[in-house]
Amino acid sequence: MDQAITSTARIGDRPRPKKNYLNESKGFMSWALTLDHKRIGVMYLVGVLISFLMGGIFALLVRLTLLTPTHMLFGKVLLTAEQYNRVFTLHGAIMVFLFIIPAIPASLGNFVLPLMLGAKDVAFPRLNLFSFYLWVTGALMAITAMVFGAVDTGWTFYTPYSTTTDGPVTLMTAAVFVLGFSSIFTGLNFIATTHKLRAPGMGWFDLPLFIWGIYSTAIIQVLATPVLGITLVLLMLERTFGIGIFDPRIGGDPVLFQHFFWFYSHPAVYIMILPGMAIISELIPTFSQKTMFGYRAIAYSSVSLALVSFIVWGHHMFVAGQSQLATVVFSALTFLVAIPSGVKVFNWLGTMYQGNIKLDTPMLYAMSFLVLFAIGGLTGIFLGTLATDVHLTDTYFVVAHFHYVMMGSTVTAFIGGLHYWWPKMTGRMYSEAWGRVGCLLWNIGFNMTFLTQFFLGSKGMPRRYYNYLDQFQPLHAFSTVGSWILGLGLFITAAYLLASLRKPMDAPDNPWNGTTLEWKTSSPPIMHNFEDQPVLEREPYDYRPVAVAK
Amino acid sequence: MEWLTRLMMPPVGSEFAKEIDFMYMGLFWLSVVLFLMIAIPTVYFAWRYRYRPGRVTPHVTHNTTLEITWTVLPLLLCVAIFFWGLKGWMEYAVAPGEAMEVQITAKKWLWQFEYPDGSRTINDLHVPINKPVKFIMTSEDVIHDFFVPDMRVKHDIIPGRYTEVWFNPIVHGEHIITCAEYCGKGHSDMRAKLTVDTDAEFAKFLETGGTEWEDYFNGKDPKKSPADWGKVQYETKGCNSCHTLDGSKSKGPSWKGIYGHMVKLNNGSSVLVDDDYIRESMLSPNAKVVDGFEPIMPTFQGLLKENQIKGLIAFIKSLG
Repeated sequence: MDQAITSTARIGDRPRPKKNYLNESKGFMSWALTLDHKRIGVMYLVGVLISFLMGGIFALLVRLTLLTPTHMLFGKVLLTAEQYNRVFTLHGAIMVFLFIIPAIPASLGNFVLPLMLGAKDVAFPRLNLFSFYLWVTGALMAITAMVFGAVDTGWTFYTPYSTTTDGPVTLMTAAVFVLGFSSIFTGLNFIATTHKLRAPGMGWFDLPLFIWGIYSTAIIQVLATPVLGITLVLLMLERTFGIGIFDPRIGGDPVLFQHFFWFYSHPAVYIMILPGMAIISELIPTFSQKTMFGYRAIAYSSVSLALVSFIVWGHHMFVAGQSQLATVVFSALTFLVAIPSGVKVFNWLGTMYQGNIKLDTPMLYAMSFLVLFAIGGLTGIFLGTLATDVHLTDTYFVVAHFHYVMMGSTVTAFIGGLHYWWPKMTGRMYSEAWGRVGCLLWNIGFNMTFLTQFFLGSKGMPRRYYNYLDQFQPLHAFSTVGSWILGLGLFITAAYLLASLRKPMDAPDNPWNGTTLEWKTSSPPIMHNFEDQPVLEREPYDYRPVAVAK
Repeated sequence: MEWLTRLMMPPVGSEFAKEIDFMYMGLFWLSVVLFLMIAIPTVYFAWRYRYRPGRVTPHVTHNTTLEITWTVLPLLLCVAIFFWGLKGWMEYAVAPGEAMEVQITAKKWLWQFEYPDGSRTINDLHVPINKPVKFIMTSEDVIHDFFVPDMRVKHDIIPGRYTEVWFNPIVHGEHIITCAEYCGKGHSDMRAKLTVDTDAEFAKFLETGGTEWEDYFNGKDPKKSPADWGKVQYETKGCNSCHTLDGSKSKGPSWKGIYGHMVKLNNGSSVLVDDDYIRESMLSPNAKVVDGFEPIMPTFQGLLKENQIKGLIAFIKSLG
């Protein structure tokens, strides 16, 4: 059982094959035209991480601007109100559409999903590459829109502001439209792959829980994203031809846009969080070295979250002018979200109970997830409750809440998953000591930045504000300092991960004693994933000694 | 625990605010308990069951009783919280029949209030204490949101529609009104002052547009001249969103160095900027529009009381 992960002497139970997916073929074209899901996953990973860096720089700029009420830095105004509005819009749009929606499914999911199923590749490798190029196209369009003056609509593009403001809103919307198709194709591919390419002997309830999460995500991607596409086309038509769907001056209804937008964008929250939960469901049994507690409950809760996500969009609009009855019904339905989320958390804790818990970096991120997701989830109750939402909505309380869910939960899980599969993807171990430092700074920085914002919000500080009352300055300053610690933690994490690439391959095939099929192949895997077709011999997360299990 | 409530919530301005604070704190303590129920086991298990080479972990796949327990108990809790929230919502959503009605028109980036007697103010809302007030709101451009933190109420203001919100103020004095729906460049400056008056103060307010102006015209305080009163109007009536004081061009002409000079109009003629022209420009702004500017200024007829117009003329005069 003992896996000395720092020792280069232990390579696993087989000698490392000379050829792997990284060195099988060389040159730019061998990557640009690859159909290998692992290479596409790696390219996605590079893409989403660059987006994360861009969105992060904009976030730091936003926080720096809010450091003082005068926005002065070294005697100069850092950003004017118009620039500030553009920067927070770019931060939101990049983080949501370029980073967090594709982050886990398209990068880690692409790499791991076929391996976990014991498959050679995804069901439609060409579609997979096409969806990557759609993502690149969408990203380039978004960057072009930024270069040509940027948009100031907020990532939500609310009408009639978005139909009347200057700037390349149409191009930005078109970019999001294209990115949507990238997301749809990825989802479609994963659904087909999960249905058709499972290893012999692998039934639905032998699937790793990561697959259950990614599969549920894919359902939402395929069903909800088209609605966003239609909405954005209508928005473009409205801006270009003035067709009068959303603008009240020509007979439209601005609230209709919000319904359309959140009909996608609320399920999109689950496109973000479900893959995060999926990663946590891998990390906890593996690092607890214990059979998963409540496997079926976790699997069903993923699917039920995906379904419930479609019927709660109106909770973004309690005070936005939708009917009173709709508001009450949406509040009631919203509370349903709490149940499967709670089921997952309790089952994860049940798995840790009486485990044999190794506190390696991925597990530290998994534990951070449990704590941060608890805060993110519980503060959701304040917002789902009708009377308290009236005061808290559109304030920093909401900003803090969704950052705890999207960043504190999904990004924490993403970083945890990245550390977990890093040896598999690159063949290298990273510095465990620096990993812990990075995780510590992440937690300190994150909570300083965002816990503060709950207080700002409940005190009555509205979101998307350039100027603020002097009374809020101490809290804003504290939050800004937190963002620097957060940035430092991420910088350190990026540094030691990249540094690990410079050394020779030292990762064993199965550094964490995982039970799922991706650990059965070499690190990094060979081009076709497995030497022979793997056959499922034991259920995932079965940590009984081999003799007992058989 | 009152200090903790005050730490987290704005000052109390209504009975409804007290109820919301009570509910907020109830949810806060519930969340603290539930958070500890998750955080403590997370940390405790990690320490108690820390890695020991060779330890065999038990093979427990599930426990149906536990699963049902942690499905049903949270569900019951959620149902209870939902109804608690619904109770407060009904109060927020339904204004008392006898409430005084104030019309609000929001636009980039100012608030216009119109009282039942037809008097109007900009960015300056007065309401009588202990009487419910209902606001009937609409927007002239994009979506705004009427947010009064001390009253714990907010509602979006939508162009082409009327939306409503109400409160019953119980605390005499000043409160903040702020826009809570993103509306562009001036979003964060779209603030208004809410003053809760006694009945006598409110009656006088309606009569003269407030009492503060008297201090500026009686010559007692050297820091308060009619021009200073004009400066107050400049900052609170929305003049500053279009007119600058430093000569730079905005949506309207700058006020610097215009008094006593001739300006060219968009119809080709010229006019001398004197008391009479300034007065006319406030009351019928589009009669004589300065060359190079759009005729976009709204009329301030009925918005500015006589003393305010005098103050503004004195202020422009003082800018040279």
